Amino acid sequence: MTEKAPAFVCFFFFLLVTSFLPSIGHVAVASEKTPFVIGYLELEGDPRYEAPRAYAGIEVRSRHRPFDGAAASIRSSRVTGRALGLDFSLKRTSAPTADDLMRELDRLADNGSINFFLVDAPTDVLGRLSEHARGRDILLFNVSEMDNALRGDACAANLMHAIPSRAMLDDALAQFLVASRWKRVLVLKGEFPDDTLIAESFLESARKYGLSVVDVREFVLGSDPRERHKNNIVLLTSGVDYDVVFVADSIGQVGRYVPYQTANPRPVVGSEGLVSHAWHWGWERHGAPQLNQRYERKFDRRMSDRDWAAWAATKAIIDSLARSGTTDFDSVAAYLKSSKLILDGYKGTPMSFRPWDNQLRQPVLITTHNAVIARAPMDGFLHPTQYMDTLGYDGPENRCKF
Amino acid sequence: MNMGSNASISAKSILTGVFIAIVGLLVVTPVTPAMSKTGLVYVSNEKSNDITVLDSATYEVLRSFDTCRRPRGMHFSHDRSEFYVGCADDSQIAIYKTATGELSGRILNIEEPETFDLSPDGKTLYVSNEEDAAASFVDLATRQVIDDVELGEEPEGVLVTRDGSTVYVASEANNLVHVINTATAEVVADILVDVRPRRFALTPDEKELWVSAELAGVVDIIDTTTHKIIGDVFFLPTGFRKEQVTPVDLLITRDGMTAYVALGRANHVAVVDVPTRSVREYVLVGKRAWGLALSADEKTLWVANGLSDDISILDTASLKVIKSIPVGKVPYGILIDD
Repeated sequence: MTEKAPAFVCFFFFLLVTSFLPSIGHVAVASEKTPFVIGYLELEGDPRYEAPRAYAGIEVRSRHRPFDGAAASIRSSRVTGRALGLDFSLKRTSAPTADDLMRELDRLADNGSINFFLVDAPTDVLGRLSEHARGRDILLFNVSEMDNALRGDACAANLMHAIPSRAMLDDALAQFLVASRWKRVLVLKGEFPDDTLIAESFLESARKYGLSVVDVREFVLGSDPRERHKNNIVLLTSGVDYDVVFVADSIGQVGRYVPYQTANPRPVVGSEGLVSHAWHWGWERHGAPQLNQRYERKFDRRMSDRDWAAWAATKAIIDSLARSGTTDFDSVAAYLKSSKLILDGYKGTPMSFRPWDNQLRQPVLITTHNAVIARAPMDGFLHPTQYMDTLGYDGPENRCKF
Repeated sequence: MNMGSNASISAKSILTGVFIAIVGLLVVTPVTPAMSKTGLVYVSNEKSNDITVLDSATYEVLRSFDTCRRPRGMHFSHDRSEFYVGCADDSQIAIYKTATGELSGRILNIEEPETFDLSPDGKTLYVSNEEDAAASFVDLATRQVIDDVELGEEPEGVLVTRDGSTVYVASEANNLVHVINTATAEVVADILVDVRPRRFALTPDEKELWVSAELAGVVDIIDTTTHKIIGDVFFLPTGFRKEQVTPVDLLITRDGMTAYVALGRANHVAVVDVPTRSVREYVLVGKRAWGLALSADEKTLWVANGLSDDISILDTASLKVIKSIPVGKVPYGILIDD
């Protein structure tokens, strides 16, 4: 009986889709196209992209803004536009403060009739923008901020998240550690507030999946002999036994020296070594090589997590437009938020947004610097309805109230 | 997945082979010219860059040979004397002699070919060109691209109608089926279908075009006259969830009664009743079943299992897998010359 029900649902879905098709199926190639513009807001001087405390000009993290990801998606939608009679484009604008961005949002929404906006900004700015846009025909997409709070107490009904939350990335890693039977974890964390956020998120995932944290130790960047217990990797990793070291390093300047310097010969995970990602250039399944090659050819660089999220958010908007068969904001937004959305993120499993916190449910890639080792959810981590919801905040445990 | 002892199978296989040989002698199908069939099966292995050669009667692996990099789609030439292999990583289509497996030529500068089809007269090859998001028309006499048609991103499945007037191409990334007029090289219609369309099959009367939608886990059925979706087939083998069902290759039998659909990550082949569009049975095969081929007598269905590096041979009468045979790494396409 259970097999019949989805077939029935699917059939209904099809009646729905096919009923809109007459307006889509026959659009001739040369017909007039109506512009459809997606807004793109970014915070200038966003500290997340500033050069970290780099020494000798060595950059240890990407400083590229994810705009290219959205542009790649628009580029891929040319022919969908041909079929729909729409001409897709992006309107990019940046400003140095949240107040300025709110003015930009008003300008684009009121004068440019733009309803959908990708936003590349940190938590506080996203919060103010979503508050400002409340009650209007506006839907915002977070493409770069992994902060768990945005999927919890600081969530907003008009703010969708294409980038995974930190909790999703850590749950994925925790599942991998459990599956590998590397259950005793030594946690090393840096001195900055972001390091604490990273460590706390992992500790939550460790509790959720039954990992045992043998110690949490703080490191500092430096060579002061009076602080060697905090700046010497061998000392930091001695005196206790563990299967694996988790590094919480938001800057990346210490973490990169942890692998191969631990007192015990143990793998390193977290911010360094084996890392959870939304996307990876080395992913070779589910059509990913095509997307990566296309991206590298066009932009002369590899697609990052945030590039992918901007790409996926743009695709979600365009797919919802095509499926709902209209450009009416309420219909498109309703489709996008519904379980009918089947978003192909080139990670093999159809993706959709979780209704309880607007987070895009998606597989997470567990990677080294040049290979994808596993794709979470790992086999054997079960869920009553949706395996991907073993990653991040599930319905019953979520703290988001719209 | 072990399908019984080899001894009993080879005895049965020999009998099957003798039977096939007799049928081959007695019945000359009008579709192909009366050439002696080699009885060989060619399997392209996209990750080991080689082609495995099997005996269609005994199911034994005869040998394998190196080919260009990432070999995927394969097709026989018009008279079956040669076959074409698309090599995605070398951007070329290699041509081999069917009888010997000897390389007889290459069509160069075809960007990342994956699947393709030939015109009924065997003179033109239609191939999806991923780099340019286009379908390229290749003149086989000169081996030059004579036309390009702009399509959606990641064009994939290609199928030509029997009269050669129309070619269908699926755009994986844009969820579109493009209907192309081959005479004018123009897109007649862009049909929005379900997520990640991959391959096609036409019913024998060519009134219905079946297209697999990999990520939606369904096959959409398009009316070839109105270009509208008129139905669909939904798959869900026992023990699997919707998101694990990823149909790719599909075939319809000559009598138009049965369709076989490889369900990808669901590790099954669905046997579909074409008139009622309902699933008759699910048959367990290897991991990530994609490529399909039917023997000439339609008594065996050959299935390429990409993630278990093997081929499953399914008896279409009993719907049982009678043998699974290890081939190269990530088998993709199958050609049977019987």
